[in-house]
Amino acid sequence: MTVNMGPQHPSTHGVLRLVLELDGETIRSASPTIGYLHTGIEKTVEQKKWQQVIPLVERMDYLSAQSNSMAFCLSVETLLGVELPERVRFIRVLLAELQRINSHLVWLGTHGMEVGAVSVMLYCFRERELLLNLNEMLAGFRMFPSYMRIGGLREDLPRGFHGAVRAFLDRFAPKLDEYEDLLTRNEIYVERTRGVGTISAEDAVAYGLMGPIARAAGVGYDVRKVFPYLGYDTFDFSVPTRTDGDAYSRYLVRIAEMRESARICRQALERISPTGAYAVADPRITPPPKDRVYTEMEALIQHFLIYSQGFTVPSGEAYVPVEGPRGEQGFTVFSDGTNRPWRVKARAPSLLACQALEKLIVGGLIADVIAVIGSIDVVMGDVDR
Amino acid sequence: MDSTAFVNSLREALPDVQFEHVPSVDLHPTVCIAPDAVPAAMPVLRQHADLRFAFLADLTAVDFWPREPRFEVVYMLVSIEHRQRLRVRVRLHGDDPHVATVSGVWPAANWLEREVWDLFGIAFDAHPDPRRLLMPEDWEGYPLRKDYPVQIHMRPHIAEPMQVTAEEFRSSVARDRLVRKQ
Repeated sequence: MTVNMGPQHPSTHGVLRLVLELDGETIRSASPTIGYLHTGIEKTVEQKKWQQVIPLVERMDYLSAQSNSMAFCLSVETLLGVELPERVRFIRVLLAELQRINSHLVWLGTHGMEVGAVSVMLYCFRERELLLNLNEMLAGFRMFPSYMRIGGLREDLPRGFHGAVRAFLDRFAPKLDEYEDLLTRNEIYVERTRGVGTISAEDAVAYGLMGPIARAAGVGYDVRKVFPYLGYDTFDFSVPTRTDGDAYSRYLVRIAEMRESARICRQALERISPTGAYAVADPRITPPPKDRVYTEMEALIQHFLIYSQGFTVPSGEAYVPVEGPRGEQGFTVFSDGTNRPWRVKARAPSLLACQALEKLIVGGLIADVIAVIGSIDVVMGDVDR
Repeated sequence: MDSTAFVNSLREALPDVQFEHVPSVDLHPTVCIAPDAVPAAMPVLRQHADLRFAFLADLTAVDFWPREPRFEVVYMLVSIEHRQRLRVRVRLHGDDPHVATVSGVWPAANWLEREVWDLFGIAFDAHPDPRRLLMPEDWEGYPLRKDYPVQIHMRPHIAEPMQVTAEEFRSSVARDRLVRKQ
């Protein structure tokens, strides 16, 4: 029998369509069809100025907005050859880790709900709300703050931000135990996920599934450790791995990752002074502070130039990998030396996860498809871009 | 290992392939090879004991129109064992751009190559599933090419709407009401 799952199925995380060939309850073949959310962002950004790209790339993988914009900024900063102040690097580390917790919370909530643990969703979205409040405090926006800028950040941290993040982290640690109480030894959850959607370490690498999926299969590859950026090598954290490669291991890895992210956040908070440099002191890229714009002619001209013409980026190609919530993430950026990008290509971890879906579900039961789609954490905005 | 020394070690591993060492700002060693060399070079890059580029991080293309050779296909390779990255570029001419598929070497390349075919019109010879990936099957043109217009107004292909006039619609609703009353 042929079953058409999606594109409007609630558990396909957006608009993924699966055509399944069934033999009883067993899946004989599966063909994922994507493209329902294709918005052509990669074509659109070619018409934009460099700094106008940031809100667009944040909307690609809409659960890891700050991680996307950070990866894009790092690639462009490499082309520009600017050296970021230490404080900016650590603020970015803090925001990237908060974003990872945010993304994993949404994943855990929706995945739990799909396999029948509906209350987990309510628990997770409760803490995610606090993270969105932090974003609102930071930039005025909740989902897509656009707080990263090429060359640094949009503005300095708001007053009281350290206290707010600390309050969140203090609250978060016991709540994480609460999630684990709900799921880790929950017999129904374990039965539905253990041994389901198994992938070997070799296959995970061959299919390019670097990130929590590969770490659950025993590949200890984490860009933060292997190719450190933003000074991650100075932070004390570990990379959790499991060896089973099934949906349950992915759950355990992501839970452990949230703990490690919270640890990194605490270390980063220690190192970030409440006020200080928030962007490179390069008048080509960084707009002058507003009080100078209102009082000095040169600052006004500079402000006007940056916001009307933008700035040029030396021609070349750059790719800086970062560890996003779904695995290695990065932007291949080509510049032709003008104020607009020539080409921007996002490495989309969800696209590769979606490709491997066939491998993960063929031979399994149809009821497990939902558990597997949930466990690989695909975001269709990232798949289709 | 700096990139020059690394590219020299590549030359030792692959004596038959011509490498052009291209400077890069992001410090990933970058080489350019001829399109004919792809089927011979890629399996060695993956399997050679000193290289082991088991992870294909990304495969993409870029259009340098109107320059010729117009297209460049870019392979981002990672060796987890040796903590090494490598970028391989292949330059292709604008008329009939095609290159051998690497989906037999890295299964991850399957969809990435389909995406490049879909958006750039670069054909991958012997690809197991050469269909469009993101755009509709009947789409004309390759959107990410530089000579493809940014804003085109095409009528979307949709099924024909029901040919019912307002009058007919109202009368059919009225008829339906009558039926239900009975």
